[in-house]
Amino acid sequence: MKKMIREFIESNFFYSFSRTPVAIGSFLTTTILILCALAAPILAPYSPYDPATLNLMNGFSAPLAPNSFTGDVFVFGADDQGRDILSTILFGMRISLFVGFSAVLFAMILGVTLGLVSAMVGGVVDAVIMRVADVQLSFPSILIAMLIFGIAKSITPPEMRNQMAIWVLIISIGLSDWVQFARVVRGSAMVELQKEYVEAAKLIGVSQFGISLRHVFPNVLPSVLVIATISLALAIISEATLSFLGVGAPPTQPSLGTLIRIGQGFLFSGEWWIIFFPSIALLLLALSVNLFGDWLRNTHNPNMGIK
Amino acid sequence: MKKEIILFSSLFLVMMADGAVAKTLNWARAGDSLTMDPHAQNEGPTHALSSQIYEPLIQRDMSGKQVAALATEWGPSKENPNVWIFKLRQGVKFHDGAEFDSEDVVFSFNRAMSPNSDMKELLSSVKEVRAAGKFRFEIETNGPNPIMAANLNDIYIMDKGWAEKNNSLKVQDVKGGEDTFAAKNTNGTGPYKLISRVPDSKTVLEKNSDYWGIGQFPLEITKINYTPIKNAATRVAALLSGEVDFIQDVPVQDLTRVDNDSGLKVIKAPQNRVIFLGMNQGYGDLKTDNIQGKNPLADLRVRQAMNIAINRTAIQKIVMRGQSIPAGVAMPPFVNGWTKQLDAIPSSNLNDAKALMAAAGYGDGFNITLNCPNDRYINDEAICQAVVGMFGQIGIKVNLDAKPKAQHFPLIGKLETDFYMLGWGVPTYDSEYIFNFLVHTKGDKRGSWNGTRYSNSEIDKKIVSLASQTDLKKRDAIIAEIWAQVQRDLLYLPIHHQVLNWGMAKKVQTSVSPDDRARFKYFTIK
Repeated sequence: MKKMIREFIESNFFYSFSRTPVAIGSFLTTTILILCALAAPILAPYSPYDPATLNLMNGFSAPLAPNSFTGDVFVFGADDQGRDILSTILFGMRISLFVGFSAVLFAMILGVTLGLVSAMVGGVVDAVIMRVADVQLSFPSILIAMLIFGIAKSITPPEMRNQMAIWVLIISIGLSDWVQFARVVRGSAMVELQKEYVEAAKLIGVSQFGISLRHVFPNVLPSVLVIATISLALAIISEATLSFLGVGAPPTQPSLGTLIRIGQGFLFSGEWWIIFFPSIALLLLALSVNLFGDWLRNTHNPNMGIK
Repeated sequence: MKKEIILFSSLFLVMMADGAVAKTLNWARAGDSLTMDPHAQNEGPTHALSSQIYEPLIQRDMSGKQVAALATEWGPSKENPNVWIFKLRQGVKFHDGAEFDSEDVVFSFNRAMSPNSDMKELLSSVKEVRAAGKFRFEIETNGPNPIMAANLNDIYIMDKGWAEKNNSLKVQDVKGGEDTFAAKNTNGTGPYKLISRVPDSKTVLEKNSDYWGIGQFPLEITKINYTPIKNAATRVAALLSGEVDFIQDVPVQDLTRVDNDSGLKVIKAPQNRVIFLGMNQGYGDLKTDNIQGKNPLADLRVRQAMNIAINRTAIQKIVMRGQSIPAGVAMPPFVNGWTKQLDAIPSSNLNDAKALMAAAGYGDGFNITLNCPNDRYINDEAICQAVVGMFGQIGIKVNLDAKPKAQHFPLIGKLETDFYMLGWGVPTYDSEYIFNFLVHTKGDKRGSWNGTRYSNSEIDKKIVSLASQTDLKKRDAIIAEIWAQVQRDLLYLPIHHQVLNWGMAKKVQTSVSPDDRARFKYFTIK
């Protein structure tokens, strides 16, 4: 274990990381935000997803000012339903991150599998998978996510919709995002397949499945992880966009996008805090994940060199 | 020089030929009309658009007073009290040039009483309609109906020949998802003609230069562009930027902002509309709850608990920012039958509510789905969210399903919701209208908007008797009895009466009508 840590600290990767302020900053911000989201039930002063604990009279409380009816104080203010904005951001970030991670994982599994199959089998299968990918790439991914979301919503029974909403979000964002993975994996796998070690494995009689899983997959994994990090930021934004459009998380369980949608209605009337704080939280989250992903990509790209 | 003179004078001539300068009004509100078929949906914004194009026999002006439209004189017959006689206006033409006469009226009334019509409750007392001459029309009722005239403001007259030619004899079946020619095209006698329409996007109306009322009404607006803008902030932004001149639903949070704008004004008035929640209390078991074999909403104690769990004052203060009047009865104050006692709001008391829940055997609460529109009433979704919190405090976990009105309303009609929000305006200003639609057992002739599955044969009998009760004192007594029973059974959970806030450019002059109908022929514009 000690040896591994020492190896890691002495690696090029860590050297580059410790010399890049953007990487350190974005990594720390992401980690802090993820930890805050995970610890939301402990950190949050209120429980915004339990309607029974809300007091409507707290609605529209300004940040740090005691409410004129109840005297309650909210650090970031309260929204139109009397929900504490700080708590709602913490819980909303959980939804955003959960949906983001799960959607990327789903897209990754789907994309990597299809990419590997495409590269190994070739022929008609390859052509079909890649043409489907091409067609999907020609649409904006948010459109595809909305399409899938709409279909899923119409086939789920109404009483299940709110419980299913999060899963439907994950599947629709995941399905709109697999193409990236499939194309990269197919490309890298085709390169790997030409190499001698694959030839050697074939000679000693390793099966196709074994080659792809034991030999090709580990060698394409780094690029997959880089795409996954960048996709995570996009998935978080997709989720926020869908919720902003009113088709994502249910109104009683607001995610960051839902909060921004609610706050948008009060832009003209002076209740700026309802939209301001959730937007800042979303910005921080998406920006830090994105910057970290960018740095990861650069360090892995031999053309860019390790800076 | 000569050329320029010719050019200038021809330009002048063109302007002369055009008459007055074109005055366009850009009109926006949250939702669109649901259909152009005038008998298919009895819904406010639908009638609001239809009434610019189609006309009834008798209409209301901006103050709510009944005035002559396609009928010039009307009244019960002296010989037979069961018959109402209407003298029709002569020389009126439909937009396509066809002449208007009693045949069209007979056709339209029969159409409005046909199975798919959403207007049939208004004509439930009618036995027969007939033409008695080219410009005389008679309605025969089952027993005398003293308030017949009040029921006719939304019964629009179509051209029989046009409907025959365009296969539109039958009313569009909205619940069944039918689309017809008459749902997209119009041919009325009204002050404005439909020029183009893309549902939920844009509708263009143009002044009917052959209108019979030219000279009698201001009719200053020559063109109307109607755009539904669902998002409240976008709607206000459109008004502030001058993109639209008139919106009927200024969001309550933006009233001061709009009113303080130098080019805009807000005028307000209490609306003839009440917002309430309906509950399925007739079924033995509900699909949308988590209780097996029982219907918690059928228990009066549960409904009582829910009624006192709602903090109406908090909804008024926070959600509506003061722009509502908390209600204790599902009847607007304008309506005959309304009393202060009926409308007294129950004080919210969580401990009593919890005790009632426990007494009913639901001490641990239950789960249920609340269906709610999100583009129909002022802050509809926010009100639903607020009551979800209030019900949560007595253990009822409410799953909120908010969607656009075009998807929400059919759920009530098709009895696919057990718990829903509905608002009700009363164009007749009489309780009978509410009873016919909302209280009578749901059936072929009455009760089409009664989603509560409530059925009380005694009440039904009393409701039917209202139509032919000529003694107005006795009639009022029966109305009071029915309301007493409705309140005892807690048929609906009233929330509040809406207050209207019309926002407009200063150049637009109008008063607010209590039924939220902008009757553009009365508008003046600078």
